[in-house]
Amino acid sequence: METVAMHIANGIVDGPVSALFAAVAVIALAFCVWRARIDLDDRLAPMAGLVAAFIFAVQMLNFQVLPGVSGHLLGGTLAVVLVGPWVGALCVSTVLIVQCLLFADGGLTALGLNITNMALVGTAAGYLLVAGLMRVLPKTPGGVGATAFVGSVVGVVVASQAFVFEYWLGGTTELSLATIAGTMAGVHTLIGVGEGLIAATTVATVARVRPDLVYALRRFRTQPAIVPVPVAGGVA
Amino acid sequence: MTRRLGWFLAGGLLVALLLAGVVSNFASGSPDGLDATARQGCTFGPDDEITGGTCMLQQEREHQLEGSPLAGYGIRGLGDGALSTGLSGVLGVLVTFGIGAGVFWLARRRPAPGGRGPGSPAGPDGPENRNGPDSRTAPEGDTGRESATGRKSAAGRKSAADWESTAGRESTAGRESGAAREAGV
Repeated sequence: METVAMHIANGIVDGPVSALFAAVAVIALAFCVWRARIDLDDRLAPMAGLVAAFIFAVQMLNFQVLPGVSGHLLGGTLAVVLVGPWVGALCVSTVLIVQCLLFADGGLTALGLNITNMALVGTAAGYLLVAGLMRVLPKTPGGVGATAFVGSVVGVVVASQAFVFEYWLGGTTELSLATIAGTMAGVHTLIGVGEGLIAATTVATVARVRPDLVYALRRFRTQPAIVPVPVAGGVA
Repeated sequence: MTRRLGWFLAGGLLVALLLAGVVSNFASGSPDGLDATARQGCTFGPDDEITGGTCMLQQEREHQLEGSPLAGYGIRGLGDGALSTGLSGVLGVLVTFGIGAGVFWLARRRPAPGGRGPGSPAGPDGPENRNGPDSRTAPEGDTGRESATGRKSAAGRKSAADWESTAGRESTAGRESGAAREAGV
């Protein structure tokens, strides 16, 4: 009955701030393309296309988190675990661009804001968690699933606060910022748990079927064996 | 691309198509977290129109492409039913996969012509070298392959041979230097 809208619409954040974040998004994505080329090979390139398509599909599946409030996957952490941070940010951006241009979801003016929050900030937060956790957790389907869960919860909440920051800079109403921040954080903690369950199930399944296709299992070393020797020598 | 990877991609794409084409009709219709926050502070009438208060949603402007045929995850002319949502989801998955896979495939790193080792972007600063001196000796991509074969060997011993024959197939498909590098390890 009602049009489905999932991302920041036009007019919520004012023009100058939207333009600023459009510039931020363009510069950051150019950097991601440059770094992603190091990772992209004959195996990762089609896998990245699949990850983007999968995130698009799962973003359509809004799940209830409170009476009258739903949530959907953002996908940053899921992408980080499967294809790495640089390619992952580009996957989420691809989804957001398709949704904006084809499905009129997420304002065209607000595209830079949406990319910044979900493809850049949320993905970066998820990446930091994943990179840290994969050093201590076992490289098993269970370990990578737990990593995806924690990274998702944190990534979604951080992404929601990126919106609050943008609204602080260019909000178009006189509403209490603390109220907005609190509501966004609370709701997105619940959404993050839902996203975490979806992401954990997905990456654990891929890790069981094709562990060689899981970026987090290939790139993050468990043992920090390189650290002690040079550091100890330098200090002494 | 190997045949095993092809099967995996086909399976993954099928799951995505089912989620977007069928399961999407069981998704919650409530406003999402952001939308609910944007509506906070306003009161709404029976047709979801704003009747009072102050909220972010009041400032919302119409999307520039509101008239596009797939706007709002439906197909114009098919209404708001399951068919409309499902078909738009299927189209979205296919378009996203096509654009994503196409762009990433064009941007991928190709084996240096005639030389051994990865292409120019993966120079000495590549991520595989960040992890310490031991990774410098192992060509990129090997760790994943080892973990795959290691895990698989419990189930069936032919996986190692499978990987080798896979590498052989790749070389005939035109990845001479890359496959030769992999096969030589």
